[in-house]
Amino acid sequence: MGPETVGGGAGAADAADGAVDLRALYDASGAREILEQLDRELVGLVPVKRRIREISSLLLVERARREVGLSHEAPTLHMSFTGNPGTGKTTVAHRMADLLHRLGYIRRGQLVSVTRDDLVGQYIGHTAPKTKEILKKAMGGVLFIDEAYYLYRSENERDYGQESIEILLQVMENQREDLVVILAGYADRMDHFFSANPGFRSRIAHHIEFPDYRDEELISIARTMLERQNYRLSEAAEDALQEYVALRRAQPHFANARSIRNALDRARLRQANRLFQADAGPLNAAELSTLDEADIRASRVFSGGLGGAGREATAAAPADPEAPPDSEAPPDPGAGS
Amino acid sequence: MRLTQGTFSFLPDLTDEQISAQVQYCLDRAWAVSIEHTSDPHPRNTYWEMWGQPMFDLVDAVGFMESLAECREAHGDRYIRVLAFDASPGWESVRLSFLVNRPEHEPGFRLERREMSGRIIRYTTHSYATDRPVDERYGRTNGAEPEAHGS
Ligand SMILES: Nc1ncnc2c1ncn2[C@@H]1O[C@H](COP(=O)(O)OP(=O)(O)O)[C@@H](O)[C@H]1O
Ligand SMILES: [Mg+2]
Repeated sequence: MGPETVGGGAGAADAADGAVDLRALYDASGAREILEQLDRELVGLVPVKRRIREISSLLLVERARREVGLSHEAPTLHMSFTGNPGTGKTTVAHRMADLLHRLGYIRRGQLVSVTRDDLVGQYIGHTAPKTKEILKKAMGGVLFIDEAYYLYRSENERDYGQESIEILLQVMENQREDLVVILAGYADRMDHFFSANPGFRSRIAHHIEFPDYRDEELISIARTMLERQNYRLSEAAEDALQEYVALRRAQPHFANARSIRNALDRARLRQANRLFQADAGPLNAAELSTLDEADIRASRVFSGGLGGAGREATAAAPADPEAPPDSEAPPDPGAGS
Repeated sequence: MRLTQGTFSFLPDLTDEQISAQVQYCLDRAWAVSIEHTSDPHPRNTYWEMWGQPMFDLVDAVGFMESLAECREAHGDRYIRVLAFDASPGWESVRLSFLVNRPEHEPGFRLERREMSGRIIRYTTHSYATDRPVDERYGRTNGAEPEAHGS
């Protein structure tokens, strides 16, 4: 939480004695809603949430200091978000843009999400205009560079990425009041990127690490996702999902919450197929919204996923266990009736 | 002769701060802004030269002001205008257009009378500037370098 003193109803800054009421400043900013929403909608991520609260307190105090004339410079707010795929980096970046906007550190609050291909060109003279174009769109908001380390290719010193890096560094230094840059990616590659590009490291004020979710957290994320879509898991389905999570984690291309999202999407498909094939007369709301054990257990993940010779892992099946298997095509609506 | 074309042209020239505020007004309505310049300010010359592409998906006027600075750097001795397009009706329609740069010296126009048969007279406006090659139109006659406009 922010400051714990219970503030009065007075304005944020009291001109008479130059005092600033942090609580009133906090209440007026609307930052509270963002932080509460973060707590409510995002499962786990305890260290991330703690860091975000710390940063918001810092920014609130900084604003108060500005109001009484103690500080004048725009603080450096560029950040790095490191963690494995599906750990919530993009989601949190959107909330961060909103938060910085409400706290008055960016004028508009939009988030422009890019990768190397959006910034770096294919031929001489192509890169600078591309990077500048993106920067213009991000002005007043947050520029989120996913897998930022692809900008730098150590094996090729004439790589066009270097040009983009130089423009970015310049803007990060000189236009701190216009834009906040968030770099995201795997922790180890990011470390390597920072050690090869000390200019970036020195301009990043906040490094936030996104841990992998534990099994219970993934189950709880599944529950939140389903709740939002008015679905639920039967008890047996929840047990099956527990097993699924443990197995899936050990298989290739595991992407934390995103893998869960994909698993649930396919479970819904199987449920629809099952209800349709059963053709058992009128269905009530409970039946329409319940995912059953079979809807989970039909997944290839249970039959060894990638390497296994499971029933659905045919030679033609794609390498990614999350790709929808052919045998689960949606029902033909004309067939049953 | 001071050129009056587009919105605000009977007001004193807008300051950069005022230009930025007008552009922000456009962006807030999701209009795409673009920059054009010309050395031929004839009122019927509707097709000015584009400075870059129209700026789609811009959120903040800072990006626009950077482009304008680049255009002034290159063509500070010309007329520069902003166009704001609104695509919401399903086609691009100009909502707002105004000058953001003008040459230091504006020679203006003369009226030409062309005598036709039967005592008929045709009138036409002629821009003095266009008597000279494009790059020399707004230079000083005494041979000094044309000065870059700054406001
Ligand atoms: N803590 C969480 N609680 C609920 N849903 C989450 C959480 N973390 C991630 N998700 C969901 O998982 C998906 C992938 O998250 P994303 O932010 O794109 O991850 P990343 O950018 O780290 O790869 C999104 O659909 C997101 O809503
Ligand atoms: Mg992402």
